[in-house]
Amino acid sequence: MNRYTILIYTENFIGILNRITIIFTRRGINIDALTASESRLDGIHKITIECAVTEEQIIQLVKQIEKITDVIKAYYFMDTEVVYQEIALYKLPIDSLDASLEKVIRQYNAHIIAAEKEFVVIEFTGHKEDTQALLETLKPYNLLEFSRSGRVAIAKPRFSVSEYLNNQTL
Amino acid sequence: MIRGADIVVRSLIAESVQHIFGYPGGAIMPVYDALYDYHDQIKHVLTRHEQGAIHAAQGYARVSGKVGVALATSGPGATNLITGLADAMIDSTPLVCITGQVAAHLLGSDAFQETDVVGISMPVTKWNIQVRRAEEIAPAIAKGFHIARSGRPGPVLIDITKNAQIEAGLFNYVPCLSIRSYRPHFPVDPNAIAQAAALINQAQRPYVLFGQGVIIGKAELELKAFLDKTGIPAASTLLGSGALSEDHPAYVGKLGMHGNYAPNLLTNQCDILIAIGMRFDDRVTGDLNRYAKQAKVVHLELDPAEINKNVKCEVPVLGDCRESLSLLIDAVQDNNHPEWLGRFRELELLEQESVINHDLAPTKTGLTMGEVIRYINQYKADDAILVTDVGQHQMIAWRYFNYKKSKTQVTSGGLGTMGFALPAALGAQMADYSKQVICVVGDGGIQMTIQELGTIMQTKAPVKVVLLNNNFLGMVRQWQQMFFDRRYSFTELDNPDFIKLADAYGIKAVKVEERGDLSEAVAEMLLHKGPFFLEVVVEKEDNVFPMIATGCSVEEVRLS
Repeated sequence: MNRYTILIYTENFIGILNRITIIFTRRGINIDALTASESRLDGIHKITIECAVTEEQIIQLVKQIEKITDVIKAYYFMDTEVVYQEIALYKLPIDSLDASLEKVIRQYNAHIIAAEKEFVVIEFTGHKEDTQALLETLKPYNLLEFSRSGRVAIAKPRFSVSEYLNNQTL
Repeated sequence: MIRGADIVVRSLIAESVQHIFGYPGGAIMPVYDALYDYHDQIKHVLTRHEQGAIHAAQGYARVSGKVGVALATSGPGATNLITGLADAMIDSTPLVCITGQVAAHLLGSDAFQETDVVGISMPVTKWNIQVRRAEEIAPAIAKGFHIARSGRPGPVLIDITKNAQIEAGLFNYVPCLSIRSYRPHFPVDPNAIAQAAALINQAQRPYVLFGQGVIIGKAELELKAFLDKTGIPAASTLLGSGALSEDHPAYVGKLGMHGNYAPNLLTNQCDILIAIGMRFDDRVTGDLNRYAKQAKVVHLELDPAEINKNVKCEVPVLGDCRESLSLLIDAVQDNNHPEWLGRFRELELLEQESVINHDLAPTKTGLTMGEVIRYINQYKADDAILVTDVGQHQMIAWRYFNYKKSKTQVTSGGLGTMGFALPAALGAQMADYSKQVICVVGDGGIQMTIQELGTIMQTKAPVKVVLLNNNFLGMVRQWQQMFFDRRYSFTELDNPDFIKLADAYGIKAVKVEERGDLSEAVAEMLLHKGPFFLEVVVEKEDNVFPMIATGCSVEEVRLS
């Protein structure tokens, strides 16, 4: 089993995410994380999926994903082939904000992005190990809430979806 | 500006649709109202169940090569299409199914006969869409037809809300020719052809497996020319039957669990395996770990996801097999393989003695399914179409029917849908009234869609129904006998009087219980102008052989 990041470029149509996820469901493969957002190309969405599968499985998965009519292109990458980040938010009671917490925030290079009467929200970006480490560190400070995104990723190998689209004979 | 419902019908006319199969209901009523005005341009066949409608559309598509069209209402009408969609998906049958849906403002409110058919049908459609506005109807239908018939064909579902059918919109039909996110075709790589040709030219024991891709790709002549030139023994999958006339000198038989002895056994002795338009289904390969390990595999395939899916290949030849076969014909040398072909013929004799003779010319009292097919062969036209259901009769009919022309085989291959045959035969007949359509069916399967006798009655479609009645769910019973210690758990049927039933539908019916009456009855059936129902009471506990049991290797094919 390897950890893979799949980058999928799709038309922005209703139901496309469902069509993609049922490919995983049918094969009993767990999606570890998923993010979806507009890409830099107008009307084209980029979906990033993280999963742990064998090389044989990832090849089949990506072929099946590409087979979907509204999917433009799908690529898969090993962790070494992508630059990726995950964002995490941590909510703590305002009275836990003391000198030692300030030190933790500074050490991690995390940010306080909101401060209300009752609580503060700290933001930290990194790989899962990093955000997890901060989570463990903050637990003793009476952590109220925690939220972490799936990964967003940029591939190191060069590929261009817009070029691919231009080369399609329409 | 015209009504959305009229846009639906005029879009279908613009796609040259001549027949549609359907069943009306609340949410599709505006379309049915529109059909009333166009009945001289589109023939609508009213089936007795939506499953009947979609199987009929499948039979129609498989015989005509055109896109089959089915129409149903929302809710239960739409969900009754699901089995047919799954069947068409796995057997690559081009369909456009149009379902009515509750009005857009009611979506998500659990309105009467509302169901999320787009969600439900997603895993079993090549593409689907919900249309909520009249002006979106024509583009959706245009896109649907393009997707259904291009590349590897498949079923498409278009769900149209009732308000979209009622509201007015501009109608300007623009056929869809391409979609930027969709690549149905790949140009054939000349290097792949060169590599494939090099392997084929050096091969001592090359072996061709051909499937339905040859029929879908209209590559029958190219396949024949390739085999004429190379003399390579060639075997057919279930759905590939008909792509090559069985009279061809290189034809060696059928593959798979109940295929022929030699084609299965010798799969593990060839040195080059050339798979053309087939997908290495588990019923063909048996245990993959012991499948053709000694061979280098060349795979001519249109769908990139099929390459290396089940069997790893040395040379993938991605693309339309008609194109790749044409290129291969020029790249391969004239050849023949008399010794290698002789091995097939030797083993064929073994199968002839231990299985085929007993099936076709039995000496025991009870009638066999095989001898019924023998008489069908004797009296049928060369281009007669065989439609089968699923089970023992399907395997026997496939094994013994004499296929001479392409598109003469309609059966549920991948999904194994019991109840498929009767409506599919009706659809096949609608595609061409001049052809003999012979529907061979078991007593289990026919009762799953027997209501379609009503559609045959109403349309007067001259379908010839041959019921092979053993009062058992025969294939399951065979497995119970072989693998479950003869514990016949819920496989014996108390059947109705089928002759009375056919008679009630006004269909001429004959029952045969004695061998002496069989020949005459089959001849009478095939000469009869209208629909005909022939029930043949066959041996209760006959088994289909050869057989590759589940988990076994192709070389473990058993003759008994």
